[in-house]
Amino acid sequence: MTTTRSEVTYTPTFTDGDEFRLPTFKLLQQDGTLYDGAEAPDLDRDKALRIYRAMLFTRVLDERMMAAQRQGRLSFYMQCTGEEAAVIGSTAALDDADMIMAQYREQGALAYRGFTTDEFMNQLFGNEQDYGKGRQMPIHYGSAKLHYMTISSPLATQIPQAVGYAYGQKLAGEKHCTITYFGEGAASEGDFHAALNMATVHKVPVIFFCRNNGYAISTPTIEQFAADGVAPRAFGYKMQVIRVDGNDVLAVHEATRIARRMVVENNSPVLIEAMTYRLAAHSSSDDPSGYRSRKEEEAWREKDPILRMRHWLQDREWWSEDDEKALQESLRREVLETMKRAEKRQPPALETLVSDVYDVITPALAEQLEQLKAHIRKYPEAYPKSAGRGKGGA
Amino acid sequence: MTTTTSAGTRKLTIARAMAEATAQEMRNDPRVFVMGEDIGPLGGVFGNTRGLYDEFGPERVRDTPISETAFIGAAVGAASDGMRPIVELMFVDFFGVCMDAIYNLMAKNTYFSGGKVKVPMVLMTSTGGGYSDAGQHSQCLYGTFAHLPGMKVVAPSNAYDAKGLMTAAIHDDNPVVFMYHKSLQGMGWLGTEKGATVPVPEESYTLEIGKAAVVREGHDVTLVSLAAGVHHCLRAAQALEDEGFSAEVVDLRSLVPLDRETLRASVAKTGRLIVVDEDYHSFGVSGEIIASVVEHDHACLKAAPRRVAYPDIPIPFAPTMEQWALPNADKIVDAFHQMMLS
Repeated sequence: MTTTRSEVTYTPTFTDGDEFRLPTFKLLQQDGTLYDGAEAPDLDRDKALRIYRAMLFTRVLDERMMAAQRQGRLSFYMQCTGEEAAVIGSTAALDDADMIMAQYREQGALAYRGFTTDEFMNQLFGNEQDYGKGRQMPIHYGSAKLHYMTISSPLATQIPQAVGYAYGQKLAGEKHCTITYFGEGAASEGDFHAALNMATVHKVPVIFFCRNNGYAISTPTIEQFAADGVAPRAFGYKMQVIRVDGNDVLAVHEATRIARRMVVENNSPVLIEAMTYRLAAHSSSDDPSGYRSRKEEEAWREKDPILRMRHWLQDREWWSEDDEKALQESLRREVLETMKRAEKRQPPALETLVSDVYDVITPALAEQLEQLKAHIRKYPEAYPKSAGRGKGGA
Repeated sequence: MTTTTSAGTRKLTIARAMAEATAQEMRNDPRVFVMGEDIGPLGGVFGNTRGLYDEFGPERVRDTPISETAFIGAAVGAASDGMRPIVELMFVDFFGVCMDAIYNLMAKNTYFSGGKVKVPMVLMTSTGGGYSDAGQHSQCLYGTFAHLPGMKVVAPSNAYDAKGLMTAAIHDDNPVVFMYHKSLQGMGWLGTEKGATVPVPEESYTLEIGKAAVVREGHDVTLVSLAAGVHHCLRAAQALEDEGFSAEVVDLRSLVPLDRETLRASVAKTGRLIVVDEDYHSFGVSGEIIASVVEHDHACLKAAPRRVAYPDIPIPFAPTMEQWALPNADKIVDAFHQMMLS
């Protein structure tokens, strides 16, 4: 049985769908005023400041930790710089108990939910207080209490998992949803397509949030897809879709707020494509000067999402230059001091090498651990105990 | 097949050697082209396609969308069409998404077509850790790939071998998985093993795939390894020499085909065998090496063989934890001492 609702035509007509031009939803101009005809969103002072503080914290954390990586204190780092509004504006439009399945550049979402500086640092240094017990590389955070799934490196694998998590929420009758973040590069993986199709077929409460930041490491979007961005793919799956200015925190928040309502009330999944720019390198292992121009970067720096929000806050007299200075100084101090404490903490104990591989340590692993212990007793000087420094990266 | 060439004084990293071999073959053979992520203007995340984009342009040095399923599957198709594609899977850890194309298509199309379809492609992929990149960026997975019939698997320990094996892989009518170890690559940020950067002739040459090399001669014990493990063995052999023991080091260079004759000849001489493998301990290369020796002649050993391999755990990030778990020269020396005591 065919399910197509197609009408019959007697003329061979081809189309590439280009007549469906998706607009970009914007509210806030760079000077902090609303566009003509744009309506002020429903965002109170407390929430606006919570968002802003998380954005600024993320910027300060990223700058400090990239510097720490350059000093050899940290093996690897990835900045969210330029994409703070996209990540935090969307997370802020959710319920704090909604699930987040992120890619790896969404530290701002955790910051918004209250992950402490200490929690960030313990993960980055993989010390004995890290929830992941020192096992995953830096920025692969996870927090059960903040509903943030531990990051997994392989790209796009979070997207089908988000569909399954959300399906569980639906079956359990929760009024919660799952948001999954990914880049426009990851959207080329088959997992993206398979997940979107399943989500609409199964009517799952999930928001697919694409950070279209212009680059997949060195690959620009023009080498990534021929279509007008990622958003038009939603049509093929009959999915609700919106494209939004990812540097406009108000537009991101408003779009995600409405999307959440559609998702939770109607089980109608939504794709949001946030147009933004990765201002920093892909990671500490990358140098963008080989594949893009400074001029291009400068043009996007002019569209800094944090500055844009600050102008809006100051316009409303919710924020002042003094507030800004005080917060920046206190964040810098806090990040630095917390980092110094975290890097001095011990690594996880030797036994944690073999725990959690299975629920019970197998005889083979127990034997391998015993051999290792005997070896380390013989060669203590070869195995330094302090939370040392590696040289990681991807 | 092996062309003996006097090595000049020009030293290259493995990354440069791979790029040079590829460039020479691309000049000679218009069927050779390269696909992968960030292999174009960036020259590869691990440097092994540097310079190719400038010389051969975007049609033959093709940056792809992030879809290993698409470009590795496409490479199988192109190879079946008579082309000789080289594709890069950036980290071997990412094989999950494209394994169908690799082990069900690349490795089997020739067999199932009754030999009528050839798949002459090279799948380059980075392996190994030691630089704190955790368990989804640091695996070796040698055993995983070598286990599956239908594709050759090579893993060089130095730039000379890398160039010769790369050229041979491109010439080969079989699919070849070229596994290069990140710590040998010559990229500063990965903490490069100096012994991997060696003199490399400028002219093109091949190394026969399937031939191991005795890289150090000795008579008390045979240390067998591949890629980075060879350098651990060489350091251990030096330490043992200081104690008055003489260790022979065998660099496998190729897992499929595996040069069992060289292995057996070495163990027949030394009577002792230690296999060093940065891949997981169980069900892998180390077990296969030991079985290959023992099932041929169980009486050649004066002591039970030993393996110094990665424990059967996902690779942890924390530098201290990773160093606990990784094979190294001290662990090899320790294993030898235990062998001599027992």
